[in-house]
Amino acid sequence: MRGNLFIIILVCSLVGVTISACGTTETTSIEPQTLTIMTHDSFSISEQVLDEFQNEHNVNVRFIKSGDTGTAVNKAILAKDKPLADIFYGIDNTFLSRALAEGIFESYQSPLLADIPDEFELDQNYDALPVDFGDVCLNYDIEYFVENGLEPPATLDDLINPQFKDLVVVQNPATSSPGLAFLLATIGKYGDPGYLDYWEDLVANNVLVVNDWEVAYYQEFSRAGGSRPIVVSYGSSPPFEVIYAETPIDEPPTAAIVSDGACFRQIEFAGILSGTQNRDLAEKWIDYMLGPTFQEDIPLQMFVFPVNQNAELDETFVQFLAVPENPSFVSPEQITANRENWINDWTEVVLR
Amino acid sequence: MKLPSRTFSTEFNLRQLFTYAGLWLLPIAFLVIFYFFPLGSILQMSFSRGGAGLISPFLEAIQSESVGQILWFTIWQAALSTILTLAVGLPGAYLLARYEFRGKSLLQALSAVPFVIPTVVVAAAFYALLGPRGWLNLAAMHIFDLPTAPIQLMNTIYAILLAHIFYNTTIVLRMVGDFWSHVDPRINQAARTLGANQFTTFFRITLPIIGPAIAAAALLVFIFDFTSFGVILLLGGPRFATLEVEIYYQTISLFNLPLAAVLALLQLSCTLAMTIIYTRLTRRITQPLELRSRSFTQKKLTTWRSRFFATMIIILLFTILIAPLFALVMRSFTRLEPERGARTVESPGFTLDFYQELNINRRSSLFFVPPTTAIGISLGYASATVLLALAIGLPAAWALARHSKSPLNSFLDPLLMLPLGTSAVTLGLGFIVALNRPPFDLRASPILIPIAHTLVAFPFVVRSLTPSLHSIQPRLRQAASILGASPMQVFRAVDLPMVGRALIVAATFAFTISLGEFGASAMISRPEYPTIPIVIYRFISQPGAINYGQAMALSTILMLVAAGSMIAIERLRIADIGEF
Amino acid sequence: MIEEQELNVTNTPTLKISKIVKSFGDKKVLDNITFDVHQGEILALLGPSGCGKSTLLSIIAGIEKPDGGEITWKGNSINDTPPHLRGFGLMFQDNALFPHMNVFENIAFGLEMSGVKRDSVHEIVSATLDLVNLQGLEDRNVNSLSGGEQQRVALARSLAPQPKLLMLDEPLGSIDRALSERLMVELRTILRKINQTAIYVTHDQEEAFAIADRIVLMNQGKVEQIGRPEEIFRHPATLFAASFLGLTNFIPGLAKVQSGQCTVETALGVFPLAKPLEGEVTVLIRPDAASLNTQPGIMIEGELIEKTFRGNLCQALIDFNGFKLAFNFLSNSKLPDEGATINLILDPQEAISAYKI
Repeated sequence: MRGNLFIIILVCSLVGVTISACGTTETTSIEPQTLTIMTHDSFSISEQVLDEFQNEHNVNVRFIKSGDTGTAVNKAILAKDKPLADIFYGIDNTFLSRALAEGIFESYQSPLLADIPDEFELDQNYDALPVDFGDVCLNYDIEYFVENGLEPPATLDDLINPQFKDLVVVQNPATSSPGLAFLLATIGKYGDPGYLDYWEDLVANNVLVVNDWEVAYYQEFSRAGGSRPIVVSYGSSPPFEVIYAETPIDEPPTAAIVSDGACFRQIEFAGILSGTQNRDLAEKWIDYMLGPTFQEDIPLQMFVFPVNQNAELDETFVQFLAVPENPSFVSPEQITANRENWINDWTEVVLR
Repeated sequence: MKLPSRTFSTEFNLRQLFTYAGLWLLPIAFLVIFYFFPLGSILQMSFSRGGAGLISPFLEAIQSESVGQILWFTIWQAALSTILTLAVGLPGAYLLARYEFRGKSLLQALSAVPFVIPTVVVAAAFYALLGPRGWLNLAAMHIFDLPTAPIQLMNTIYAILLAHIFYNTTIVLRMVGDFWSHVDPRINQAARTLGANQFTTFFRITLPIIGPAIAAAALLVFIFDFTSFGVILLLGGPRFATLEVEIYYQTISLFNLPLAAVLALLQLSCTLAMTIIYTRLTRRITQPLELRSRSFTQKKLTTWRSRFFATMIIILLFTILIAPLFALVMRSFTRLEPERGARTVESPGFTLDFYQELNINRRSSLFFVPPTTAIGISLGYASATVLLALAIGLPAAWALARHSKSPLNSFLDPLLMLPLGTSAVTLGLGFIVALNRPPFDLRASPILIPIAHTLVAFPFVVRSLTPSLHSIQPRLRQAASILGASPMQVFRAVDLPMVGRALIVAATFAFTISLGEFGASAMISRPEYPTIPIVIYRFISQPGAINYGQAMALSTILMLVAAGSMIAIERLRIADIGEF
Repeated sequence: MIEEQELNVTNTPTLKISKIVKSFGDKKVLDNITFDVHQGEILALLGPSGCGKSTLLSIIAGIEKPDGGEITWKGNSINDTPPHLRGFGLMFQDNALFPHMNVFENIAFGLEMSGVKRDSVHEIVSATLDLVNLQGLEDRNVNSLSGGEQQRVALARSLAPQPKLLMLDEPLGSIDRALSERLMVELRTILRKINQTAIYVTHDQEEAFAIADRIVLMNQGKVEQIGRPEEIFRHPATLFAASFLGLTNFIPGLAKVQSGQCTVETALGVFPLAKPLEGEVTVLIRPDAASLNTQPGIMIEGELIEKTFRGNLCQALIDFNGFKLAFNFLSNSKLPDEGATINLILDPQEAISAYKI
């Protein structure tokens, strides 16, 4: 019996320590203020970058991750009467107008917007400010095409040619964010309802649809041992294959197709949540996010690119990076208005 | 003489009533605060947001052709999965119940491991084994000289069924196996000497006696399969959707909250219906049994027949439960890149790189945690979940078993199962909407994680405990109370020792559920304190071979932690009850 | 009465157990067990717990397989016959009633298994319930019965299919003494009434004596003695048998054979022995074979330490040169006071047995 008591005490203290450890970030030193940032589960930041901000403004920054982008946005909307945080970061252009319509943000026209190209500033009210962007593009396995003496595809049109039959894997736009982005790329390029004809041809060419990026990229894509050498992923994936290679390599084993209209650009925004008690600090954080220190930290933390044109990029990154000059474009308002119909029509054509 | 006896009996009833109410107090308070209140809030908010009143979303759902299809698919895949899981699990449960052999506790520990593996990793395991370029296909193509992969399992219903069996067999093994191990084998022998063959004995005697445990396991498996999400998405592919998948799509992608609420209610009422059927059924078939200690009921594998039988079952369990995981373990030690051309000098093969890399914070990310910390955090949450789930589940199970005729019980019993059948997305949003006022502003608190895990674990605890508690002969309790034991003492002296094994089973479930839980942990997480599954997901959602390798390495570590914990819990003898 | 009952017992062996051997791991549980059971006979397997009697029963029932040896029924080997085809009945210690069936269903189970028609099932069940004095309890839940009633249902269940052989494994083991003494008599009457061949396993000698026609006494996997109850009680064949029957008056002795006469020297004197023995032996002096009267025999002298009255018997503890032995006398015997010297006469034929150490 004594032994069990010991175990119980051990477990309790373990739990106690965990819980109290969780509390300590909120109550240390000479009463620094706390700034809470709500974000999605892919958010990341360097320790020193955060420390710089915390020290400069004597503030504790607390992060709350609330699931994938869609889930996090919905939570912010549902909590708008009693906001969970001061800042929301990570809403992208596919969800932007939903949040703007709900009015969850307070407008803030940061002076740093001057350094950001206008094409990113999709919200003219400055409720939501652009922070970073990434392109969803087709990636292909270079080795596969060399081995089989095939010319890799260069445009979306190429994919419906017979030599690429059985070679493409994409994600379901209903369940996957890159999947939706790729659908939007085809809509931007071929228009509505032209995109449906394109998808009909893709289906005839035996395109494979899976629900998630993880399955597409790590299971079906031939780079990881699957059978499909063309996959919908990110424009930044090739440089990351170099940076995160198993054994050091000199050039990426994959490449992105970045011809005009082949990619869709996801832009992520941050905004000050309405009702914040820390408006001053929140503004400082937004400025910090748009400034060079944070902006330069973005690529290696989150695999996306800074919107601030003064930010300098990592060398390896720049070396292997292909950024599309003219990505396909669909406005946030159109996306919100048509998302359901587009996905339903797509499902009708592709999955039935 | 009449008067005192009457006063005595009223007093006794009053005391009983107080005990009964006291038992329910904690479980009901917990469920009301952390389940019914959030669920009610989100449903109410969903319907009020629609603006079109209460009726129109229901009409929308009824008129929609796809909702009907989805409901039908959800039901039949769950039913089929449950039947298959029982078919695989019952022989194994028999083996674990009736025989004592070397490596048994290891087998038991390993069989629980699938339960904790995140679906995204299970998908990886299934692809490695059964995918177009998986081991089986490669071997078949090599042996029979085929140009294409002969086994096309991925994105079919078969992958879904296999994955459900893979996940849930351990429920049958544990719940049925442990109950069965206490059933007196002489009841079967009596039937045999009365002229029944083995077949008849099983169907006429064994099955009705272990029926309550089978029903409990089947109910849990069914609800798990019915609310299946990750398996359907990742292994079934885009052509299959369960209600849970559709709720996610309607909520997150389309923000059609009224329709999502209708679907969530539909899912909930199906769960409720199943649970009511279960409750009715078990009430009919549950009988008090003389429970026997395992040293009495279990034999060694002495005859050739029993050895052959045991070997076949162990092979079956290994093939279905362990082989897919083995593929992951292998992958976590293997370099793949150089096979794909002469780009690198280093030779392929064995590597510890992925494990070493786990300790390196290459990006100097704020949220980096070394594996030891993640293990500690996971174990901390899991232990808290065990304590919380037992603290709430034990009194509830006791009240259910002791006062089985009470009408309140027949009402409360099905309600206890509801959290399992509730859409995780809906409830997650419910927390945000409801728990926003002190003292329960827990929306950003790490405490919410063990609470969320407890909601899932609690029905398991209750279902693991009630068959055993029900089976205790009332005369044992009467004997104890006539000897002067208070209700609490009766519980400690009679119930606790006799349900000791079931208690360990319950603890094991709570522990594994918490260890492997991903959805709730991801939806309400403080990024500084990630559990192992969260960290695995962080790796696997990024491109780059070493990230994938790290995900496999950490999955292997998670398996070890799970198996190790299982063995530790098995060994943990709470007072003298461990033996029974 | 007893005479009459024994007339029903034939001397034709039906069940023959020959040279049965069984081990669990390294432990030999049954070692060369051989005996017969006659038609209509109640045979008790008596022995302390762990002596192998329950294992032997499982082997006869077909639940366990022997490592060696043979079991025959009327001359045919049944070693490979599965339990449900042997046609034997088995009644367990704690009754093993099917908890999910009522009384009727429990008793009818075996009948259904042997394909008895529905109508006859009802008849047989109620006849069997009559036999065990449980008329009208057909629809009762077995969990609501008293211990004695449950035991009788279990007996009815095993009797209903009219087994060729009924085996009873400590059937009264879990029942309190007063009830079991009543049931013991009832059980024998029932079995006798239907002339049932039965094997009765028990560790309780009184139970065995009360119920059995013959007793097989077992110890550590071996047969110690086979005989009728009074034979075994009067002439225990081994030291184990003697002490298992509760006899306690043991003293060491030295046995010698001189000119065809066998004697044993003990601290109490020299006694003649019926069986020829030589060397160191343990001598048993039966407690009921001493008398105070002057009659032929050997007189021994000791000091009366204590007198205890037990109903119509009186037990006297007597010290003979340091050996304390207990003797039983009728209560009306004229025993001297405690502390006084007492002279006893022993009839060597009745009172003395010697066992080789």
